[in-house]
Amino acid sequence: MEHTSQGIIYGINGPVVKVRGRQAFQMLEMVLVGHDRLIGEVIRVLENETIVQVYENTTGLKPGEPVVSTGKPLTVKLGPGIMGNIFDGIERPLARIADSTGIFIKRGSIMDNLDRDKLWEVKILAEPGDYVKQGEIIAEVKETESVNHKIMVPPNIEGEITEAVCDGLYNIDQVIVKVKDGKQIHSLTLVQEWPVREPRPYCHRLPLDIPLITGQRVIDTLFPMSKGGAAAIPGGFGTGKTLTQHQLAKWANADIIVYVGCGERGNEITEVLEDFPKLIDPRSGRPLMERTVLIGNTSNMPVAAREASIYTGITLAEYYRDMGYDVAVMADSTSRWAEALREISGRLEEMPAEEGFPAYLPSRLSEFYERAGRVENYNGTKGSVSIIGAVSPQGGDFSEPVTQNTKRFIRCFWALDKALAHTRHYPAVNWINSYSEYTDRLEDWYSENADPEFMDKKTEISRILQEEGKLLDIVKLIGSDILPEEQKLVLEMAKVIRQGFLQQNAYHEQDTYVPIQKQYLMMDSILRVGTKAAGLVALGIPVSVIRRSGVFEELIRMKYNIPNDDLNSFDGLNNKTERILDEIGSDYRASGRVKEV
Amino acid sequence: MNVEYMGLKEISGPLVVIDGVKDASFEEMVEITVGKNKRLGRIIQIEGELCVIQVFEGTRGISLENTHTRLLGKPLKMPLSMELLGRVMDGKGRPVDGLGEIYPEKSWDVNGEPINPVMREYPRNFIQTGISSIDGLTTLIRGQKLPVFSGSGLSHNQLAVQIVKQAKIEDTEGAGFAIVFAAMGVKHDVAEYFRESFQKSGVLDRVVMFLNLANDPVVERIVTPRCALTAAEYLAYEKNMHVLVIMTDMTSYAEALREISSSKGEIPSRKGYPGYLYSDMASIYERAGMVKGCRGSITQIPILTMPNDDITHPVPDLTGYITEGQVVLDRSLSSKGIYPPINILPSLSRLMKDGIGEGHTREDHPQVANQLFASYARVQEVKALASVIGEEELSEIDRLYMNFGREFEENFIAQDFSENRNIDDTLDLGWTLLRLLPVSELDRLSPEIIEKYYKDDSEDGDF
Ligand SMILES: Nc1ncnc2c1ncn2[C@@H]1O[C@H](COP(=O)(O)OP(=O)(O)OP(=O)(O)O)[C@@H](O)[C@H]1O
Ligand SMILES: [Mg+2]
Repeated sequence: MEHTSQGIIYGINGPVVKVRGRQAFQMLEMVLVGHDRLIGEVIRVLENETIVQVYENTTGLKPGEPVVSTGKPLTVKLGPGIMGNIFDGIERPLARIADSTGIFIKRGSIMDNLDRDKLWEVKILAEPGDYVKQGEIIAEVKETESVNHKIMVPPNIEGEITEAVCDGLYNIDQVIVKVKDGKQIHSLTLVQEWPVREPRPYCHRLPLDIPLITGQRVIDTLFPMSKGGAAAIPGGFGTGKTLTQHQLAKWANADIIVYVGCGERGNEITEVLEDFPKLIDPRSGRPLMERTVLIGNTSNMPVAAREASIYTGITLAEYYRDMGYDVAVMADSTSRWAEALREISGRLEEMPAEEGFPAYLPSRLSEFYERAGRVENYNGTKGSVSIIGAVSPQGGDFSEPVTQNTKRFIRCFWALDKALAHTRHYPAVNWINSYSEYTDRLEDWYSENADPEFMDKKTEISRILQEEGKLLDIVKLIGSDILPEEQKLVLEMAKVIRQGFLQQNAYHEQDTYVPIQKQYLMMDSILRVGTKAAGLVALGIPVSVIRRSGVFEELIRMKYNIPNDDLNSFDGLNNKTERILDEIGSDYRASGRVKEV
Repeated sequence: MNVEYMGLKEISGPLVVIDGVKDASFEEMVEITVGKNKRLGRIIQIEGELCVIQVFEGTRGISLENTHTRLLGKPLKMPLSMELLGRVMDGKGRPVDGLGEIYPEKSWDVNGEPINPVMREYPRNFIQTGISSIDGLTTLIRGQKLPVFSGSGLSHNQLAVQIVKQAKIEDTEGAGFAIVFAAMGVKHDVAEYFRESFQKSGVLDRVVMFLNLANDPVVERIVTPRCALTAAEYLAYEKNMHVLVIMTDMTSYAEALREISSSKGEIPSRKGYPGYLYSDMASIYERAGMVKGCRGSITQIPILTMPNDDITHPVPDLTGYITEGQVVLDRSLSSKGIYPPINILPSLSRLMKDGIGEGHTREDHPQVANQLFASYARVQEVKALASVIGEEELSEIDRLYMNFGREFEENFIAQDFSENRNIDDTLDLGWTLLRLLPVSELDRLSPEIIEKYYKDDSEDGDF
């Protein structure tokens, strides 16, 4: 069917274009605007006017230029060629745009989203006569060395296979399977399309009882994330949101990473592009880039495409989830997305709610975070989409609308703290304001897979930090000298925990990623010293004596001194600290200064 | 094309509205003739035959009847050639030094286009500025955007001049350097101070100046940094030069944007600034960088004054969210007589991690920087305590910190306007200071580095 609805440009205000003349556009339909055929989306339909947001720079557009419909909503192409690639906010391949327009991105570059010439080695898994339903895996393609791309029956198609090609080399346009659905025959290729604003269907949700292990101690231990969970990283500028997202993209135990650079710096995307092909995934032994896809709408690219980039990212993620993969989506920064909503809303002269944000901000945020989840797919596989959204609060103030509304829809809150960042305590996750509501659900996993005592140790570590918080209020007023010795020890142990455990150097070869076993052993070593030192203090030995022994520094340096692959060294460390503390005890006994107990 | 439109429909602040316009394109330039004088404007909204135009020279003296307006058929373009070097332009990129027009080799739209992230080159080259607190702790990298957050009356201008004077922008391969200076709403004597300093350091013939001064039209400020960056892009990407761009004062720039926005009746976000302030400033700051296939680079040092010294004000706040760090000046350091009054704790260079250390500066650099930050942060806690219980009551170790803090401010941060320290001196100075603290306090240093540098007290100067 020809889609003939069209109109002409009447007004232009930044990315918002008013269309009049003969129309009949559908809401959220994708349209081509002007002689340059800029991509736009219908965002409001009125009696005699249609409003379109344009995903490209509108400079030079004129009233009277045509606007034509495409007959479909904003969709993405899903098929082999996504992994290892980088796209703009509406899935245009940036590398190929660079081939044609050079350093700068020019307007009106309509491009095939996926490479149509490339031949893929396809293994067919279905044969004529098979009855297939939506989601069923009918073929496999080795998309990269790390990712086995499953070709699935698209949603809402079901029927008998009438034809199937043999294994071999095919491009994405070639029909590999034909399915007879009632009277209709569907020709399936390696690619399917999906409207980005609609969640892809799945069979049912599964409980969130498996952690997304990130190798970052403060996260895995204190505020763990679930596979299929939703987390927010709020923080003022320069507190470490992007770096944390990069760390997670590098080390989290997800199968697929979708990294959405939404309204942030060009160099940060470039950094991923330069680093990830060189970094090796500790689990597969392959370059990280092979399981990563980047969506980049940098802060100087058109604002409407920024709004779309988040949806493009999550749709790609759901597609790989449907294959049975654990996918993690990094969205940096959701605030820029919310601001894009605000800008478009402002140009539509909608009634603003808080701080100029539209009244539908909360519902958009909730729709987005709802697309996270761990599910059973129609093809019987299990997959998950975890969302980690950075939030950039205005003025670093968490009471602003985006942070507050995000909080309602996520369950893991890693609050980055300016004061910690200023003292170069990284990651600057504030251990008092942060939380994870997944912890309870994950307890079983930790005791079965990490250590039965993992959670107990974690609780003890948190307790010491909480107690330090209270004591510091007193210290601020009177100094630490007159505190009782056992409280001085709490301060000392908390310092060890902060410097030796919570602080983690992303740029250090060993410390950048720490396996969960090592995290446990580090806690264990710290708490052993804590217990033993408390015994000495009870004998009347001053904390200053223990401090001078250097035992605390031993602990603080263990993260650097004990390699990730030599966890037996913890025995050596524990023996050493025990010996040091024992010596202090015996020296004191020998000198007869010990309190009688 | 040559249709002239007589009169206006409406005038509102710096904006005018014309009715009955045919064939106008979005963001096209127009020329408005008022009596004998001509003004430039830009179409910022089209609604049927109505055009909203921002007038760069302002609307003073304009009435609904006394104008005729001509569409120029193109966006604002900047004439570009090597002749730009040594020239002074107004805020719209037109020569005002009486040396005649620029004979253009190229002519580019001042709005620029977004750099494709695939084509960027990640910046990694250290620029030595000779200023310890910058080189040591907030290292400037070629292709970085590193703003100075200042307050009114603080020495940001001296600092910028000292950087220009001392920075080794050129590389060994001999790509030349250029300086692009954009003034927005600054006083005449500030612009003059910069010009004189360029002259004194003998670089004036490598400088392009764009001046929109305090008494120049406010709206013009919107395009001043864009003209400047277009010139910079030409020099960097066409002529392979390393370009340092100084832009001051970004707060005046943002205020101009606010003025236009409120005249348009837009819904403000914070403090009356438009919701798109972030994107708008990003379209300026993101024009820094290095790209594949070009030897040149654009390094930006924007300067902004924080109203009320408030770092959470939208202008510094949004700037910090876009730039690759910030150098923050501090009034209390300044009043102690410390120049440059850089407060290192809120200052940050995000690109330094890849541009320092072995092979770039010196192997101990990352750790020394880390330790100085951590120790100086501790000084702040001790100071707070001292102000409650008195310095005499402090513990022994806390007193060492007080001493370290003083020495650090007076000898490391403070340096003379004409003092140019090389990176080795800066790092050695850092060690001299760290030796004021016992080794057990230096938890950011590895045993090997301590072994190699801490014990070496051959040049342990006493201050
Ligand atoms: N774990 C870490 N280890 C070492 N350095 C860190 C760590 N986390 C943050 N940093 C430092 O903090 C700097 C700023 O971090 P980052 O760029 O991630 O901030 P951000 O919160 O994303 O800021 P913005 O909102 O402006 O984008 C980094 O360049 C790095 O120097
Ligand atoms: Mg960031």
